[in-house]
Amino acid sequence: MSIFLNENSKVIVQGMTGSEGTKHTRRMLASGTKIVGGVTPGKGGQILDIDGHQLPVFNTVAEAMSATGADASVVFVPPKFAKAAVIDAIDAAMPLVVVITEGIPVHDSASFYAYSVSKGTTRIIGPNCPGLISPGKSNIGIIPADITGAGPIGLVSKSGTLTYQMMYELRDIGFSTAVGIGGDPVIGTTHIDCLRAFQDDPETTAIVMIGEIGGDAEERAAAFIADYVTKPVVGYVAGFTAPEGKTMGHAGAIVSGSSGTAQGKKDALEAAGVKVGQTPSETAQLLRDILGR
Amino acid sequence: MDLFEYQARDLFDKHGVPVLAAAIATTADEAEAAAREIGGKVVVKAQVKVGGRGKAGGVKLAENPTDAREKASAILGMDIKGHEVRTVMIAAAAPIEAEYYLAILLDRSNRTFLVMASVSGGMDIEEVAHTAPEKLAKIPVSAVDGISLAKAKEIVAAANFPLDVADQVADVLLKLWEVFQSEDATLVEVNPLVKTKDGKVIALDGKITLDDNAEFRQPDHEALVDHAATNALEAAAKAKNLNYVKLDGQVGIIGNGAGLVMSTLDVVAYAGTKHGGVRPANFLDIGGGASAQIMADGLSIILGDKDVKSVFVNVFGGITACDAVADGIVQALELLGDKATKPIVVRLDGNNVVEGRAILAKAAHPLIEQADTMDGAANRAAELAAK
Repeated sequence: MSIFLNENSKVIVQGMTGSEGTKHTRRMLASGTKIVGGVTPGKGGQILDIDGHQLPVFNTVAEAMSATGADASVVFVPPKFAKAAVIDAIDAAMPLVVVITEGIPVHDSASFYAYSVSKGTTRIIGPNCPGLISPGKSNIGIIPADITGAGPIGLVSKSGTLTYQMMYELRDIGFSTAVGIGGDPVIGTTHIDCLRAFQDDPETTAIVMIGEIGGDAEERAAAFIADYVTKPVVGYVAGFTAPEGKTMGHAGAIVSGSSGTAQGKKDALEAAGVKVGQTPSETAQLLRDILGR
Repeated sequence: MDLFEYQARDLFDKHGVPVLAAAIATTADEAEAAAREIGGKVVVKAQVKVGGRGKAGGVKLAENPTDAREKASAILGMDIKGHEVRTVMIAAAAPIEAEYYLAILLDRSNRTFLVMASVSGGMDIEEVAHTAPEKLAKIPVSAVDGISLAKAKEIVAAANFPLDVADQVADVLLKLWEVFQSEDATLVEVNPLVKTKDGKVIALDGKITLDDNAEFRQPDHEALVDHAATNALEAAAKAKNLNYVKLDGQVGIIGNGAGLVMSTLDVVAYAGTKHGGVRPANFLDIGGGASAQIMADGLSIILGDKDVKSVFVNVFGGITACDAVADGIVQALELLGDKATKPIVVRLDGNNVVEGRAILAKAAHPLIEQADTMDGAANRAAELAAK
C-alpha cells in the first residue's frame, strides 16, 4: 500500500509546457508515473510529445479531468500564476494537488489553502515541496526515483534534500511512501496528516519524521503521535545552529522567540516516545535498531 | 523583511490609517529643522528594528526645536541591544488618554490570518498576553473573506473597545487590513493605538513585516531595504543571487537544499565539539542547479570570509548531477587560482556519484579531500578548522 497515491493514480501536470514542467514530466514518466496530460491556460488543444508519450494539453483542470479521468495534479506553474492554477484545480474538485512551485507569496498560499478547506474535496501537498513517491508505483513531483525501492518505511519531511538523504541512508530497506510536505509557513498537508495516513496504512511498519526550525508543527505532531500512533517513529530535526530571526532558505525556517527552536521540537518528540537522532545517519541507525536490520 | 517604524508609519499613511505628522533625521541639524517644521512639542524616537528601545532611553519628549536637537544628538549613535541608531523619527506629540493594541498577522499554526486586539495596549502588551490573556482578543480572519466592516465591528466588540471609539477603531482595522493585504505583509501591528484627549484614534507606533516572496508584485518594496545593515559578505552573495547567511564559526559550508544545508550546519557543530568547539561559518544553499559559475561564486564568497579555516561541500545529487557539481568545484578552483587557500572537504552522494568522485580524484587538487559520508566529512572539516 501507499498513502495519497498508488499505481493507478492518473496525473496531470499544470505548467507542463514550461521548461521545468516538461523536464519533470519526462522524469516522472521514466519512473513509471501515469501522466495523462497537462494544463496550460491558452494552450489547450496542443499535443506534447515527451519521449514518445503523446500528452494532450488542456486549458483548465476541469477539461483535463473529464477527458482523461485524472485524479491527481502536480503544479510547476511560476509563483505569479500559481494561485490561479491551484484555484482552478480546487474548482474542478481534483482530489490531490501537489504544488512544487517555490516562492509563492504567503497571502496566495493562505488563500488557496482556505479555499480548499471551504470546498472540502481537494488535498493540497506543498507548496515549495518535492512532492511524494511510492517507489515502483507512482512518483508525483521531483523526488529522484532511483534512490531506493519499495519497502515498509513511511517518511514525512519538510525538506526535499533531507528526504533524499534519508531515503539514501535506508535504501536497502525501502519505502512505502515518502512525502515532502514543504517548508513554507502555510502548507496544505502537515506532518500530522501523513502520520495518520501511515498509521492507517497496513504496509507501513515504521515511520521517519523529519522536521526543521520554525512554527510548531513538530510539537503538534508529537502530541498526535502520543495520542494516535502505535507504530515506531524516529525523528530528526534540522536547525540547531540556526540563529534567531534569520531566514534559512525555507520561508518557514525562521526562529522567533523561544518557540520553534530545534531543541524545543526534539524535546517534544522525545517526550512522545520518538527516538530523535543527532544526524541523519544516526536517525537511520535508530530505525535500523527498531526494525532489527 | 521587517520595516523601521517610520517606514511602517508611511505605509499606514498611504492607506489612510490615521498617524501623526512626522519626519526622519540622521543628524541633530535635521532633527531641529524637522521639529520646527512640525511645531510644538515633539517626540524623538530611535529607529531600530528591536523592541525595548523606550526602556533603553531611545524615545524622548522634546519641548521645542532646540531641545529636539539635543535629544536627537544624544540618541543618534546609541547602541540599543546591538543595533546602532542611525536615524531618528521626529513626531508630533499627542496628549494621550488611552492606549490600545491592534495587530493582524499570519497564524502559522492554524494556517490562517489572525487579529489580536486589546484595550490594554502600550509597552507591556506581551506581559498582558501572558498574565491576563482574557484581555487580548484573538479572532481568526479567513484569507478568502478578509476583514469586512461587519467583521471589524465583531472584532471591536469582542475586544471590548469603549463605545465612543468603536467606530473609529473599526475603521482603522479596515485600513490595516488594506495595508496587510495590498502590501503583502505577514505582520501589521499598532502598539499603541491611542485615543487622544480630543477623542481621536491614532496609530502612534507600528511594526510591519513584509513577505519577501511577494517582491515580484511589490516593486516599491525594494526601496525599503536597509542596505547599511546588511553584512558585506551577505550583500555580495545577494548580488550573485546566492542564499547565504553569515554565522560566527570557522567551517565554511556549501550545500544543496535548505534542509540539507541546515542539517550540515548542525552536523558540523556536533562534530566540532570533539575539535575545540569549531562551528559553521555560514549557511549557503546553492539550490538545484550547481553550475561551475554558481560553485565559483559560492566558493569565492566563503573563501573571502576571513573567519573560515576549512570548507565543507555537502551535496546530495537529486536532480543535480554529482559530476556537474564536481566539474563546478574543479573549474571554481581554476577560476580562483591563488585566492583559494583553505582545505575543502567534499562529500558527494546520489545522482552520478561515481562519475563525480572520479572527476575530483582525477583533478587531484591539493586543497580537495573527498569523504564517503556526511558525518565523516563534517568530522574531517572540523578537524582541519581546528588546526
